Amino acid sequence: MTDISLKVPEAVRAQPYPGAPDNWKRFFTFSTDHKVIGIQYIVTSFFFFLVGGAFAMVIRGELITPDADLIDRTAYNALFTMHGTIMLFLWTFPVLVGLGNYLVPLMIGARDMAFPRLNAVSFWMIPVAGVLLMASFLVPGGPSQSGWWAYPPVSLQNPTGNLINGQVLWILAVAISGVSSIMGAVNFVTTIFRMRSPGMTWFRTPAFVWAVLAAQLIQLYGLPALTGGAIMLLLDLTIGTSFFAPDRGGNPILYQHFFWFYSHPAVYVMVLPAFGTFSEVLPVHARKPLFGYRVIAASSILITIISGAVWVHHMYASATPPWMRMFFMVTTMLVAVPSGIKVFGWVATVWGGKIRFTTPMLFALGGISNWLFAGITGIFLGSVPIDLHVHNTYFVVGHFHYVLYGAIAMAIFAAIYHWFPKITGRRYYEGLGQLHFALAYIGTQLTFLPMHPLGLMGMPRRVASYDLEFAYWNVIASLGGFLLGVSTVPFILNMVSSWILGEKAGDNPWRAYGLEWLTTSPPSVENFEEIPVVISPPYGYGQDRPLVASNPNPKTIADSGFLIEQKTLSPEPE
Amino acid sequence: MTTEQAIAQDIEAKVRHTQEREAAGNSKFGFIVFLLSESVIFLSFFTGYIIYKTQTPNWYPPGVTGLEIRDPAINTVVLVSSSFVIYIAERFLHDKKLWGFRLFLIATMAMGGYFLYGQAVEWSSLPFTYQSGLFGGLFYLLTGFHGLHVFSGIVLQAVMLGRSLFPGNYDNGYFGVEATSLFWHFVDVIWIILFGLLYLWQ
Ligand code: HEM
Ligand SMILES: [Cu+2]
Repeated sequence: MTDISLKVPEAVRAQPYPGAPDNWKRFFTFSTDHKVIGIQYIVTSFFFFLVGGAFAMVIRGELITPDADLIDRTAYNALFTMHGTIMLFLWTFPVLVGLGNYLVPLMIGARDMAFPRLNAVSFWMIPVAGVLLMASFLVPGGPSQSGWWAYPPVSLQNPTGNLINGQVLWILAVAISGVSSIMGAVNFVTTIFRMRSPGMTWFRTPAFVWAVLAAQLIQLYGLPALTGGAIMLLLDLTIGTSFFAPDRGGNPILYQHFFWFYSHPAVYVMVLPAFGTFSEVLPVHARKPLFGYRVIAASSILITIISGAVWVHHMYASATPPWMRMFFMVTTMLVAVPSGIKVFGWVATVWGGKIRFTTPMLFALGGISNWLFAGITGIFLGSVPIDLHVHNTYFVVGHFHYVLYGAIAMAIFAAIYHWFPKITGRRYYEGLGQLHFALAYIGTQLTFLPMHPLGLMGMPRRVASYDLEFAYWNVIASLGGFLLGVSTVPFILNMVSSWILGEKAGDNPWRAYGLEWLTTSPPSVENFEEIPVVISPPYGYGQDRPLVASNPNPKTIADSGFLIEQKTLSPEPE
Repeated sequence: MTTEQAIAQDIEAKVRHTQEREAAGNSKFGFIVFLLSESVIFLSFFTGYIIYKTQTPNWYPPGVTGLEIRDPAINTVVLVSSSFVIYIAERFLHDKKLWGFRLFLIATMAMGGYFLYGQAVEWSSLPFTYQSGLFGGLFYLLTGFHGLHVFSGIVLQAVMLGRSLFPGNYDNGYFGVEATSLFWHFVDVIWIILFGLLYLWQ
């Protein structure tokens, strides 16, 4: 038979696998391979996770006693601002983009993202933003102190009078990460719309891919609004326009609208890929198809739409007129529905399954339990009468940390453990993984649960010192926080040692059902020798239906898998 | 050849065909997605403008009663017509008539340049600055941000013009030109809305 196939040239395939430790140097180059970029994203943002975590340790150290004794209040303000900014813009967003980058092309049977060079540029903007943000420690006056939301008029203060001050650097860093996100979003949306392999109809597309698509669509419609607001804030701060400056006739509330029009949907940019991870990990380790796959997949898009109309629930206490409060209270309750549907689907997936309590499964189950709790406090906060009492208290801090650490960080760890064998070709140490989970899960409860009673008692957020009556819960929260800090140690040990020394994993160690498992571990440069032809919906566990028509990697993958319909088409036409 | 092989070959041919077509369309799709996203920045500025304007008691700075509309109207006509001119340029390229393409592209650039010139003349003759209250700030923000887009459009056109001087550049498709012209139409539509908001609604 004549060879008209799209086979990757031998020379390309002969290159060493990306991700193998022996060619670590490629991670420091301007590589356009989506897998290298994915790992670059994940590792870089994990570094920032450690930086943001170190700031959190200092913050909790300060709060273990009622007085502002460890650091002064100015430093405290700077630290919580930097903590929040780093954790959102340099950890959660980019690490999820990294996972998406690594996984989406593999899951849809593509050789790379639609725009590989744009992809590399998007990545390299992240370290630039990070350096810029860190540089604000060096300028006179130190970093911004106005919190991650940078509300005017606080963010318009410029006591040093310098043009280059912490707040300006903050805006520039966030703007760069924003440009990177927009370019990434264009790339993801194009890739997912146009590069799914033949036969992969929408309802044969994995839920993770749906979730990434839903999240990236939010970036496209939301981020520009924040960009608009940020441009106006920057002009107010530097050249003396008066958009948001009340003393010059401006309207600071409008900034809040710009900010939350993006930043509420932004929480879904972060949580949707986490949802997607749950939807991928649970079926594999419970050996059952994802329950209600179509509904779970489509509900992601529903979230994209509804979450664009709930932002004012962050502004109930901002002189918002009653009709607006009413309207946004209703939409906020509505957006919880698709999330609830998903939880139902996950529980039904696990129910009666042959569960294997591997580390990724533990993180996924733990993450879902935390998400359930955060969803309930979210409903509390969404209701106007309750929110007016607890707005700007520790209750809010507890709520969003349950989402951001409890659910999203757990999902990220679940994803890293679950795809570790694929990414590195090696197995992680199960014992260390479970220790990591135990410490992280207990640490999460100890740190963030006490914040709820604190908030209900009336402890405000963003304070370096507090009344004696709050001491009890704060001590517990601080000790829990330190435990969370410790929990990263087994993780790092595990990752480094198993990447170098771990047992070889094989192509499909979990016996999972998905295109990414039809490649070698780690996958070769262009993933597939032949573009796979998909013939089934995903998650066919226990159903005896193959996923693809023929082996996409006939040279490297054995044909015996339960994923391939047509065993050995013909003898290799060399 | 067995039927199995024939089927396999058929599938492969189909796969390759889709792949090629998709690669060609990806850039266009991506660019449209980008423009849609970009338009949200303008949309948020417009919304801001409407809210500010309807809620501010003394809209114009002291001594200002409104904006002169005659010259901006001429400017508008020039910019809007240039959208048709770049369309003609694109048609010429489509028919592989490079000289027509260049000529009309240069005409587009000249019209864009005239627009920016008119804008600059207007700016220098205005009795208020960007520090003159909300109106001043918004006027310069909106026209300036749009002007930057016009400028980028002209730069893109210059690049496309330069590329046409190297033979073979536009032999297999001319996505860059399509994108440039799409961007130019986009800048145009934004201006029409801006003209309505700033000059007609006084
Ligand atoms: C059922 C879903 C959810 C509901 C109903 C909900 C509701 C709310 C409400 C009403 C607030 C404002 C409280 C206040 O400031 O007074 C809030 C704050 C917050 N939520 Fe949620 N939320 C939900 C899910 C999420 C998710 C998924 C995330 C993150 C990925 C998240 C992150 C946050 C953050 C970061 C804040 C605090 C922002 C700040 O003040 O700095 N929430 N939530
Ligand atoms: Cu919200």
